[in-house]
Amino acid sequence: MISLQHYLVVSAALFSLGILGLLTRRNAVHVLMSIELILNAANINLVAFSRFAAGNLGGQIFGVFVIVVAASEVAVGLAIVLTLYRLRRTPNLDEADILKG
Amino acid sequence: MNAEAVVFWVFSIVTVASAAVVVLSRTLIYSAFALLFTFFGVAGLYVLLGADFLAATQLLVYVGGILVLLLFGVMLTHKIYDLDLKTDTTQLAPGLIVAVGLFVILSATAVRTQWMGLARPPAPTTSEIGRLFLGQYLLPFEAASLLLLVALMGAAMIVRRRRDA
Repeated sequence: MISLQHYLVVSAALFSLGILGLLTRRNAVHVLMSIELILNAANINLVAFSRFAAGNLGGQIFGVFVIVVAASEVAVGLAIVLTLYRLRRTPNLDEADILKG
Repeated sequence: MNAEAVVFWVFSIVTVASAAVVVLSRTLIYSAFALLFTFFGVAGLYVLLGADFLAATQLLVYVGGILVLLLFGVMLTHKIYDLDLKTDTTQLAPGLIVAVGLFVILSATAVRTQWMGLARPPAPTTSEIGRLFLGQYLLPFEAASLLLLVALMGAAMIVRRRRDA
């Protein structure tokens, strides 16, 4: 029998992989992909709690909102990455230090 | 092992394995395509959890929208035939320590806690979600639409090529 814990562990694995990507990757597009992994992990948690522990659809409603925010985030994030690339000719985040005094 | 368990394990393994490819692959375009399988696996888990509307939304928005946007991002910041793209990996050992530690803590918490509550029997959710969006959650719904509008205009504004530059 598949229980709530199974889903939570899968979600934890997805979240940790996203964190690993955030910490080790320097390419801006790669970092955006890792953020998508983290948001998906959070969404699995919301839906699993909605199915097993809440007894209503609140978790799925929040899942829809998470997807909306993810779409906005990736659109604006890519816009910033493209502008940075046009300015610096590199997607490497470590070289985006224009604001440093 | 019943059918539900088999389907769960298949979708979980697909999701986690392709997420590992997303994070660890040295080639950016492989990561983008592995992300496709991650999104499909997560949609499968949603179906298994009885969230049919959310699974369809996941496929439409993530696979149809976000993944295509990310592929645009890959292609506009690299030469597409340049397969050995420079994707630097820094701080691999500390990152691994943090990620593994986080996974152990999170899954230990998830397994050891006595989760209580009532299960919702699987039932079609679309009409109920629509009713909630236009009733109890009307204000967040409208705020989300405003957020999408602002993000659209902001993204167009940021990438606009200035005439004097």
